[in-house]
Amino acid sequence: MTPEGRHRESFNCYQKYAQKRNLAMPLNKKIKNLEKCPTGIRGLDDITKGGLPRGRPTLVCGVTGCGKTLLALEFIVRGIQEFDEPGVFMSFEETSEELAKNVASLGFDLEGLIRSKKLAMDYVHVERSEIEETGEYNLDGLFIRLNIMIEETGAKRVGIDSIEALFAGLPNEAILRSELRRLFQWLKDKGVTTVITGEQGKNELTRHGLEEYVSDCVIFLNHRVVNRVGTRLLRIVKYRGSSHGTNEYPTMIDEHGLSVLPISSLGFDYPVTTKRVSTGIDRLDAMLGGKGYYSGSSVLVSGTAGTGKSSLAVAFVDAACRRGERCLYVAFEEAPAQITRNMASVDFDLNQWTKKDLLRFHAIRSKLCGLEQHLGSMIKLISEFRPSVVVIDPVTNLSAIGSTEEIKAMLTQVIDFCKNKGITALFTSLTEMEQTDMGVSSLMDTWVFLRNVETPSGERNRLLFVLKSRGMAHSSQVREFVLSDSGIQLTDVYVGAGTVLTGSARLIQEAQDKAKTEAQLQDAARRQRELEQEKALVQAQIEALQHKAAVLAEDIESISHYEQSCLEAATRNRAELASARQVD
Amino acid sequence: MATKIKSESAEATPLSPSPETWNLRLYIAGMTPRAVAALDNLKKMCEEHLAGRYEIEVVDLLVNPKLAVGDQIIAVPTLVRKLPPPMKKIIGDLANKERVLVGLDLRLR
Repeated sequence: MTPEGRHRESFNCYQKYAQKRNLAMPLNKKIKNLEKCPTGIRGLDDITKGGLPRGRPTLVCGVTGCGKTLLALEFIVRGIQEFDEPGVFMSFEETSEELAKNVASLGFDLEGLIRSKKLAMDYVHVERSEIEETGEYNLDGLFIRLNIMIEETGAKRVGIDSIEALFAGLPNEAILRSELRRLFQWLKDKGVTTVITGEQGKNELTRHGLEEYVSDCVIFLNHRVVNRVGTRLLRIVKYRGSSHGTNEYPTMIDEHGLSVLPISSLGFDYPVTTKRVSTGIDRLDAMLGGKGYYSGSSVLVSGTAGTGKSSLAVAFVDAACRRGERCLYVAFEEAPAQITRNMASVDFDLNQWTKKDLLRFHAIRSKLCGLEQHLGSMIKLISEFRPSVVVIDPVTNLSAIGSTEEIKAMLTQVIDFCKNKGITALFTSLTEMEQTDMGVSSLMDTWVFLRNVETPSGERNRLLFVLKSRGMAHSSQVREFVLSDSGIQLTDVYVGAGTVLTGSARLIQEAQDKAKTEAQLQDAARRQRELEQEKALVQAQIEALQHKAAVLAEDIESISHYEQSCLEAATRNRAELASARQVD
Repeated sequence: MATKIKSESAEATPLSPSPETWNLRLYIAGMTPRAVAALDNLKKMCEEHLAGRYEIEVVDLLVNPKLAVGDQIIAVPTLVRKLPPPMKKIIGDLANKERVLVGLDLRLR
């Protein structure tokens, strides 16, 4: 056999061997439904309903800096770490060392994985100026390089970032395109799940039309800046063979990697409880059916400026901490130290709870990042800290970074998240009148409204009333909300003659009332005295008359005695006389 | 294993490295017709322009896949001029002679 023949035979043997290995791969998951390859990226598996299509190439395209490389790399790394599927990463833009350094902050130890032979990385450098094209060629070199890596590690996942660099490097586009077609077919035959990144083109998904070849699944990453706040977004453009979420989902890149934030609730089927929690103010509990808010419900405290919304929120937090429950206080306006100091003036000591780690503050300016990032960090904090109470103060600050619908959507997600976990959420909102600017009141179960009222006596007092409270009888009365250094008190307002009086006017009126009652009492007492006197007088008269009657009775008796004795004497005399007359 | 093809005149005389010995490496993936053509074209060109001072190494990537990484080979066949520096890469079956000469920066001597 000629040397050429020998070489050809060896190549054929190699091909057969390669094919044999493919067949030997386990096909135990049957072909009824498209098998999916879980990515391990938070949220992505939810939107794709299981992951990327197994054994097929997925295209990830997007603008610069939106996280394509990260997504591809995280797919590979998490495949190794969480699903024990070795992987291969072929990069056309960064060397392996550079990539390792870039992702070290995410906790991915690429070098360690390479050492343990679970990961193989290759950097392909294509420099146009170094290459001269002189005839027909194919890209077997690329195939061979990929192949040794796949064989070495037994890889099930492949990441290629970004193959469009070849278009810049190699002059003959016809050869390149046909080779790319061959490459993706080869990858499919190998049975590896591939993620390929591509840069966004002017009118197409990718600059060089990769979506022609990779059309099983296409994910589009975007980075939008609205009102000077940037948001990352992800959208599944296409997913052959499976249903998927079709919306644009915000994504976040934090110290754990990429995470996609889908709308969390799949309906309204979170568990509910009839347990109640105290609001922290006894009279407010009384106004709410006697027991307070429902545990796990959402509460809105709205009011105009300076009405004491934060104080009400802190009262709730204080009561919860006293019960030993954890609270998370998200503050968009004041620093934690300031809140603590201010609340000390209303006799709330928040320091004791912070020290025991029952209370945690998360203070951040709303403008610092996008709504999605706020949502993501809140969800993260809540998941880590697991509080039973979350306070967001105030919610209206978010209007600087989003439209009403967006804020409402974000709050829906927060509320759903909290309700699913049985966390009571309290939101404060700054309003001008009896309606919240963002229409969020429909999301809330209980709505407590605080209002300032100006009295004719030249004062402003605070009023509180419960606008609504789902699922319980609540008071319809208005109460005066008094902040003092002995705490928060709710006092009755004075309602009389059709006016409501509060504050000093109420005190004046109350004093007047008191005086009036006093006067009435005194009056009654006086009259009582008078009558007593009269009674005494009449009593005395009665006695006098009785005395007279007794005297008269005596007189009568003595007269009758006298008469009697006179009569007796006369009779005796006569008898004596008679006897004397007889004697002679 | 790479097969080396030295220039014929160099085989006769003892090996004293002349300052301009060209070291060329041809990467192929199996002895396909294209690879054979490339090798033939290369040999002809070397005899014509570099008589006596060249060395051709043929690397079969199917046998030695790892060698593709070092020289960043993606296309096949690729001719790499290792010496004299700077390194130059030429892809294709070397049918276009003018291009090859320009690519190798071979001045006619």
